[in-house]
Amino acid sequence: MKTKSRNRELIVKSSTKNLSKIRNFIISAAKDFNLPEEDSGKIMLSVEEACTNIIKHAYKDNTDGIITIKLNILPKQFEVIIEDNGIHFNPNNIPEPDIEEYHRQKRFGGLGMFLMKKLMDKVTYKTLSNGINTLKMIKILS
Amino acid sequence: MADFSVTTRESNPVTIVDIKGYLDAHTAPDLEKVFNNCIENNKFQIVVNFKDLIYISSAGLGVFMAYVETMREHKGDIKFAEMNKNVYDIFDLLGFPLLYEFFEDENEAIKKFIG
Repeated sequence: MKTKSRNRELIVKSSTKNLSKIRNFIISAAKDFNLPEEDSGKIMLSVEEACTNIIKHAYKDNTDGIITIKLNILPKQFEVIIEDNGIHFNPNNIPEPDIEEYHRQKRFGGLGMFLMKKLMDKVTYKTLSNGINTLKMIKILS
Repeated sequence: MADFSVTTRESNPVTIVDIKGYLDAHTAPDLEKVFNNCIENNKFQIVVNFKDLIYISSAGLGVFMAYVETMREHKGDIKFAEMNKNVYDIFDLLGFPLLYEFFEDENEAIKKFIG
């Protein structure tokens, strides 16, 4: 039987059309390693939220940008590294919203970031010296 | 295969919006169109049936946040019915149960409008 790779990579253009492809990439990896459905659902949503933010904010809806998603699947944790070379944007600078206040003010941007931080165990962001923005998210597997 | 579909049914005076599949940043505009159409036709009492919705991201949740006030200003509302647990958990995480009504059965949601 073919060995299932613990390191995988998907490169897509920055179009929301590719969100389904991104979901399938995560689900397929999660299935290969028998991840609990609860974990795979959380990872899938977090990755999609991150990519949506990249499309909207880093690439400003320009569909020619490149998004690279790398997976590193360890026995006890699932790591996702997402790279883009769009506009620098640090999600960790966004304060955690007061959700009730959010609804009152009809401020529905920023919810994706809130979800990523809630659903994943670790979210870190850095911009490399070559201008590549790197978002790393870790889910400790249950 | 389409990732998402949205259709409407009338149960006067309530409009039922059936959503199916994956509601994300790519498919959210399809739902926005339906809500715009409801507003144009003075339909402000909306029940969204989530029975066949598999997945929602924040872009999908944002659609409800964007339209609910308009419906409420016109003595209507957007009520949610028949949502599966995975989808409900995301609504719950973002505090929706504080401000929106959720029903296990579509008819209960309709009844709430009719009184």
